[in-house]
Amino acid sequence: MGVRRSTVIFAWILLLPAVLYVTVIVAYPLVDTFVLSFTNASLKKTTNWVGTANYEKIFNGTFAEVIVRTFVWTTFSVAIKMIIGTFGALMLNAAVPGRALFRVLTMPPWIVPMAIGIFMWGWMYNGQFGMISGMLQNWGLVDGPVAFLAHGSTAFWATIITDVWIGVPMVTLYMLASMQAIPQDLYEAAWTDGAGRFYRFRRITLPLLVPAMITMSMLSLIATFNSFDIIWILTQGGPNGDTTTMIIDTYRTAIGSKKYGEGAARAVLICIFLSIFCVAYFRVTHRLASGEHR
Amino acid sequence: MSQPAMINRYRWYELIGIYAGIFLFLSFILAPFVEGFLVSLKPLSLLFSSPYRFWPENGSFEAYRTMWVSVPGFARYIFNSFLISTVVTVVVLLLVVPSAYAFARFKFRGSAALLAAFLAVNMFSGAVLLIPLFRLMRSLGVLNTYFAMIVPGVAFLIPSAIWLLRTYMMRIPRELDEAALVDGASHIYTLCRVILPIAMPGIAVVAITTFIGSYAQQFIFALTFNSKTEYMPLPIGLYAYFGRQEVVWNELMAASFVGIAPAVIVIFYLQRYLVSGLTAGAVKQ
Repeated sequence: MGVRRSTVIFAWILLLPAVLYVTVIVAYPLVDTFVLSFTNASLKKTTNWVGTANYEKIFNGTFAEVIVRTFVWTTFSVAIKMIIGTFGALMLNAAVPGRALFRVLTMPPWIVPMAIGIFMWGWMYNGQFGMISGMLQNWGLVDGPVAFLAHGSTAFWATIITDVWIGVPMVTLYMLASMQAIPQDLYEAAWTDGAGRFYRFRRITLPLLVPAMITMSMLSLIATFNSFDIIWILTQGGPNGDTTTMIIDTYRTAIGSKKYGEGAARAVLICIFLSIFCVAYFRVTHRLASGEHR
Repeated sequence: MSQPAMINRYRWYELIGIYAGIFLFLSFILAPFVEGFLVSLKPLSLLFSSPYRFWPENGSFEAYRTMWVSVPGFARYIFNSFLISTVVTVVVLLLVVPSAYAFARFKFRGSAALLAAFLAVNMFSGAVLLIPLFRLMRSLGVLNTYFAMIVPGVAFLIPSAIWLLRTYMMRIPRELDEAALVDGASHIYTLCRVILPIAMPGIAVVAITTFIGSYAQQFIFALTFNSKTEYMPLPIGLYAYFGRQEVVWNELMAASFVGIAPAVIVIFYLQRYLVSGLTAGAVKQ
């Protein structure tokens, strides 16, 4: 039975407002970014074509370093998020009294406006009076105050930890949901056969969680790659650019220095990376989904 | 003999292990809030002194009073945040409910590709597109107005809202709309009178997640597209506590808790729906 024409028209009418909106606010700017990246657009009235000059400038400068840093930052952040999130989900999946409350208590970093959580971390990292430095001194682990955000290497990890903190609730709840979707009778069958708890975890839970872990890591990878607020509020990309990721660098160039053209070229590179992740994500989830019917 | 009860019985050392694990995990999650709250109780002189003390000696709620005095506009920032998030949520729902229904029910040429295109939008954050968005907002003449924060905010929340609601609507039995159509009801009537009432819990979940998302994303749009104090939302408004010489940390923390209290209360009240909504999106595949 073919689809009736009037039905198709009705479907398009339903879709039209959302499609138009996203076209104007997302698709058009995407194209505009691409076009701008070949110009020297700035606050000046005149804008000229400059060919690939912006891209040449990028690769002759420090941007290669920024790209590498972005990938290192993102990889560590996603890996730690997945480890802590899966660990949390495992703990919260245990049938112990109080677990309903524990699950609710997992959510605040995700629910509270990001900026507020980041301000709190900013205080904890404070060198002279902050909690972490203070505690470490009180316990005798360090001699003097540690200004976490003032040194490159500590600032790098400090921003990662805050990013992990914001991302963990989502990973935890997703992994928890996936654990609860595992059929209970698998466990019961194994239990009847005398399999211990650890054996059941290794042979049932872990293998069945792999698809969910892959899906979540990829979603998390994309979100983390786009992370802006955390670094901006904590360090603005400093000290000495040691926490400058691609997004931060783009923002500084385009909005800070008003070099729209050069900023757009950076944004185009980000879009290329994101598109690669996006295609990979669709491929992988598609394969996982079809693999489930084996 | 009930198996599930037996299978879930833990030995005492397993219980200790689990609770220790949960404690460790929740400590990481909640530490900033605990510390933030204690900071809001401490006088500045105690905060700016060494060695560090965790517990607030002679602590008080003084900062919760003085915060209104040192930043008189604070109530306005909370109002702005709520206004922006509410308008964004309403617009997103108006756009998303019809599209989610279309994606859930009608298969036509290009529908799968269109859905994928929507999901792809999810991959781009507002930060990547700030330059053209800035120019677009300028040419629309909405820089430094509420619209500058609402208009882009809506676009980036549409995709996940469509995805969530579509998943929910696909679980509504098709026989319901078919029965209505056979009885001679129009498509519009079927959508409004048959599907919408059943989809309400799903729509509620989408509304909550959109509201949270909008609250979270205000920072970058407000930072870039608005410089007027009277339109500032909460996340940017908090910068008002960054004084010329020092940050008034106790008032900043007090203000943070006051600012998030209404949202958190609403959300904790609705958290049952929230978890089920997330789960619906997650276990789909």
